[in-house]
Amino acid sequence: MLAYIARRLLMLIPILVLISMVSFFVIQLPPGDWVSTYIMNLRTSGINLSDQEADRLTAMYGFDQPEYVQYLKWMQGILTKGDFGYSFQWGKPVNDLLRERLPLTLAVSIFALFVSWLIAIPIGIYSATHPYSLVDYIATFLGFIGLATPGFLLAYILAWIFFRYFNFSTMGLFSTAFLDSPWSWAKFADMLKHLILPIIIIGLPGAGSTIRVMRANLMDELKKQYVITARAKGLSELTLLFKYPVRLAFNPLFSTIGWLLPAIFSGEVLVSIVLSLPSIGPLLLRATLAQDMYLTGSIVLILSTLTVLGSLISDIYLAWSDPRIRYEGTSK
Amino acid sequence: MANSQDVLVEVQDLQVHFHLHEGVVRAVDDVSFTIHQGQTLGVIGESGSGKSVSAQSIMGIVPSPPAKQIGGKIFMHLSDNGTGYRVVNLSELPPKGNEFRAIRGKEIGMIFQEPMTSFSPVHTIGDQIMEAILLHIPNVSKKEARERTIEILRRVGIPKAERRVDNYSHQFSGGMRQRAMIAMALSCNPKLLIADEPTTALDVTIEAQILELLKDLQQEFNMAIMYISHDLAVVGGVADEVMVMYLGLVMEHASAEEVFENPLHPYTQALWRSIPKIDGDLSRLKPISGTLPSPFAVHKGCPFFSRCDDRIVGVCDMARPPLVEVKPGHKVRCYLYTEQGKG
Repeated sequence: MLAYIARRLLMLIPILVLISMVSFFVIQLPPGDWVSTYIMNLRTSGINLSDQEADRLTAMYGFDQPEYVQYLKWMQGILTKGDFGYSFQWGKPVNDLLRERLPLTLAVSIFALFVSWLIAIPIGIYSATHPYSLVDYIATFLGFIGLATPGFLLAYILAWIFFRYFNFSTMGLFSTAFLDSPWSWAKFADMLKHLILPIIIIGLPGAGSTIRVMRANLMDELKKQYVITARAKGLSELTLLFKYPVRLAFNPLFSTIGWLLPAIFSGEVLVSIVLSLPSIGPLLLRATLAQDMYLTGSIVLILSTLTVLGSLISDIYLAWSDPRIRYEGTSK
Repeated sequence: MANSQDVLVEVQDLQVHFHLHEGVVRAVDDVSFTIHQGQTLGVIGESGSGKSVSAQSIMGIVPSPPAKQIGGKIFMHLSDNGTGYRVVNLSELPPKGNEFRAIRGKEIGMIFQEPMTSFSPVHTIGDQIMEAILLHIPNVSKKEARERTIEILRRVGIPKAERRVDNYSHQFSGGMRQRAMIAMALSCNPKLLIADEPTTALDVTIEAQILELLKDLQQEFNMAIMYISHDLAVVGGVADEVMVMYLGLVMEHASAEEVFENPLHPYTQALWRSIPKIDGDLSRLKPISGTLPSPFAVHKGCPFFSRCDDRIVGVCDMARPPLVEVKPGHKVRCYLYTEQGKG
């Protein structure tokens, strides 16, 4: 098992190197770069910029060097100093921006994932064990609604309902009263209140699909012979259900943890814009538009790394849970 | 009927229907039989004859819905600490209730056709066998249950049982899995073992070993076996009594010798003609004419009418023939042996 994890961790290194290259070079693909756009903007706004001055700017930001040198310098900064470079657009280090926004984004995403599972897994289990019952039909209906409703629309509707009926503005991360105040329990509670809505909205489409996946997986497992064998032993239905088929039905669900992360991030962009949440999604969108390459590259790199780590976690879980995977190649 | 001391299970007029979208399947339409202590009842029939559903009804594991027991009683004679016995009507007990669960796996063990998928792939074989022991034997510790598991695995012929007990099912071969399955079914010393085509998925040499093992264990544990198969030779080798089923009805029921030496029902006779005999001449085998009718079809007369060589038009297709005892211990459902047929 340990050897398996070690092997998988070693395999991560080349993958991450490739990802970092792709994230850096793909961003450079569109014509032009941030400095040339900047210089052009200065000139069109009437400032008389000499060619020397323009060259000096280009050199200052490192754009006079070939792309691979820029890449190596960027990587060197990340690996040796944990420095993700400089955001031209914001005029501050990428690290500062990430520090502000990454924890919030991760918290919202992970909570959204848990909330969606918390809602979906019990419903999925009930639906599978009582197929074609009234509750199953209702769950199926709500599941499809959850899947089909765009997050930003839901965000508008729920934000309006909260404001109209509870007189509570969900916009932003804090109420205006707390905006500039130092950290306190009241501020923390206020933040949590603001986070509930995004967590629900971001988690809901996931819950919709998880209900479907869980229901289908479990119904497949319930038909299998080992369930009948367990029943023939005289086990009670509930013990039997959770010990055997539910455990096996989880595997396909957990094996996709890695893919859920990018899906949540991309779903989160629109919702965050609507609810004006200071998260990573809108930051990435603006950085991409402005060709703010170190910022974009860093965000893509971090998201990809998290995705790869997520896959690793699923694989470790599967190897732990399913001996058929664990013993592959080591015994007959 | 329930007077004899050696009766173990008595099934009376069992009727189980499956309500499907396409219609109603009368999987078991009229089935009565008795299983005696320590004896083997062989059940023969094609797919869809209701043999497995009859067995599942005794076990209380018929998938319901879609299945529904329409009628009939299943009496099980349970010994009460050696002082006597009490009779329980299994078909009145809720299948998921405690009382039935105390019988299932304890008094009745069952082995299945698919040894490949009979065990959960993510739990060890030992864990799954121990579970039955911990469930049914009072005051047994985990350690004792494990020792008992190893012992029973050794008894069914698993080599190095003390190590194999911690293996997963994919580390066992098909024959070994069926042995482990037998070990699980026997782990609580059941009075009845239901074997639902236990060797169908195995090759012939393994099949012979498993049959031999079952015979030995039957002697040792003094249990009754209900052996279901579509293989006449296998049933002939293990059974004391044989019951021939067709589309949810018992067609013929007699001692194994009678059914093989002196089959009365045209269906049984046709089955015999369709298998090769080692001492017979090398002529072509004679298949049963026609095909199995649709399971949704409702038969006013004998369900075998359309395929029967000896059918009497105007008699056999008018009403269902009764199951009559033509000789002591030999019952047959056919008009050829009643007044209507002879006349």
